[in-house]
Amino acid sequence: MATKDIATQDDSLEAQERDLTEMIRVAVPERSIRADLRAVSIVWRRELIRFRSDRLRAITSLVQPVLFLFVLGTGLSSLASHGLPSGVDFKTFIYPGVLAMSVLFTAIFSAASIVWDREFGFLREMLVAPVRRWAIVIGKCLGGATVATFQGLIFLALAGVAHVPYDPVLLLTLAGELLLLSVTLTAFGVMMAARIKQIQAFMALTQLFVLPLFFLSGALYPLNGLPAWLTVLTRIDPLTYIVAPMRHAVFDHLAVSPLALQALSPGVTWGGWVVPIGLSLAIVAVMGLVMLAIAIAEFRKTE
Amino acid sequence: MNPVISVSELTKRYGEIEAVRGIDFEVATGETFGFLGPNGAGKSTTIKILCTLADPTSGTARVAGHDVVKERDTVRRNIGLVFQDTTLDSYLTGEQNLRFHADLYGVPKAAFAPRLRQVLEMVGLWDRRDSVVATYSGGMQRRLEIARGLLHAPRVLFLDEPTVGLDPQTRVSIWEYINELKKREDITIFLTTHYMDEAENCDRIAIIDHGKIVAIDTPEALKASIGKDRVQISTADDQAAIRALADVFGIDAAMHEGLVTFSVESGEHFVPQLFARLPVAIQSVSVSRPSLDDVFMSYTGKTIRDAEATIGDRNRMIATRFGRR
Repeated sequence: MATKDIATQDDSLEAQERDLTEMIRVAVPERSIRADLRAVSIVWRRELIRFRSDRLRAITSLVQPVLFLFVLGTGLSSLASHGLPSGVDFKTFIYPGVLAMSVLFTAIFSAASIVWDREFGFLREMLVAPVRRWAIVIGKCLGGATVATFQGLIFLALAGVAHVPYDPVLLLTLAGELLLLSVTLTAFGVMMAARIKQIQAFMALTQLFVLPLFFLSGALYPLNGLPAWLTVLTRIDPLTYIVAPMRHAVFDHLAVSPLALQALSPGVTWGGWVVPIGLSLAIVAVMGLVMLAIAIAEFRKTE
Repeated sequence: MNPVISVSELTKRYGEIEAVRGIDFEVATGETFGFLGPNGAGKSTTIKILCTLADPTSGTARVAGHDVVKERDTVRRNIGLVFQDTTLDSYLTGEQNLRFHADLYGVPKAAFAPRLRQVLEMVGLWDRRDSVVATYSGGMQRRLEIARGLLHAPRVLFLDEPTVGLDPQTRVSIWEYINELKKREDITIFLTTHYMDEAENCDRIAIIDHGKIVAIDTPEALKASIGKDRVQISTADDQAAIRALADVFGIDAAMHEGLVTFSVESGEHFVPQLFARLPVAIQSVSVSRPSLDDVFMSYTGKTIRDAEATIGDRNRMIATRFGRR
């Protein structure tokens, strides 16, 4: 507690002299859950401050999903229209998957800041502080997830271009699903960052994961009628379990025939059994929590 | 007065290499205590143990009354750290870096603003608090780190090579700030350095070599304990000169830094005799009062630069064995 009260705006000479000659007592309190939460909050806010000052990153990470939606979506639409029921745009079909992609890169790469912090020494400032390691890991995850969700929301604003209606319920559902996905992906990135010491290695490794995750998620094609090997791979991809509910939500708000719905948004099936939306989301959440737990355990070990 | 740091039979072993081989010492409250030695002598390892960043292999260390292994977090709350390498976020402003630190260390919110101003004014960075750290010079960054280390009013401030990598002028100014802070703050400073001139700023110093403390006292007492002046000469034939010094004067001389070096009582009276009786032509002479360099030499048999040359090899061995961290 401060034993001395100094008004911060008190700029009189006398106060300045007092400032200089007397030491302001600061007693750092015992460790408590409140102190840990304060640590979570500042680690989180730091990510936001850094993101705010890095507008270039905000723009560049939107380039890829925009390319996919407009260039790939438009370019392939004439080809794809043969397989699509009339009135359904190919862009509408891939929109949920590309929306997931808009957070994919940002979420995983935001964990790169941990590797970056390690290389530039700042991680040490955090690791030597008298706070629990989980507070730092959770702060990082929340920070990365917030930034990624924000990116997703910008992309969500483009829904109309893909003929997805601006229905409040739909938008809220998609935003919630984006948040869940962001947290899980950031946890995945942080888990990897705990082990990897060089930024180049981290970038190379995430590149290795990111595109397969995206291509195997059913973001660009329906999940039914695939060859057996691809069926198995798509079911292993965690991204599948978020793209399917997002597509379900979108098509729920479109006037499409039941037959077309079955063809375009069949949901994830395990040997014929359709995985319910709730379970699908729960799978993503549980995976996120498991990876978060691993990340925390990893960070306990590092000095 | 109670010691704020007490270390007993401390050792640290990395595989087969003993970085610290059984050291004991105490630091009194309010003291500025310097750990002096060549690079790789065990200074940084010791400071890491005291800061709870490494566990000792054996022995105990207590800082601010708490065991560094068993009460790690309590120790951490009571110490401030300034590392050799910067640990600032260069994308944040000076103030943001300090706010981050305050939140991590739980500095009471009401105390933050006045304390921020106090520590920033102390290191002369108050006017630059809103600038991004990337725009700071090396000396300013080091000063900001010192301010940050003080922010939570620690009982002990650890400075690991606070001036390494800085130009001589900046080194001097960093020391002005450290001396100023000694006056203003009720704090114990523990620092490591391999600059002899900087060790003069300490109340007491411990000389560490090959993981052991070879001498520990005030700089004055250490210099007085040698009592002799150092004479360095360059001659036409150095080996002949060394033999002649032994034969004629009974003096043990050796080559250091490319010069024939030896110690005598009152060097200024000895030099005329040297010219009169040494059979080898003398090209230059220098006489110096005992410095901490001589103290180091008299306790370890080599100058600190000689020591660094040999220890460099040992460090490379450690580095290749354990990889860079």
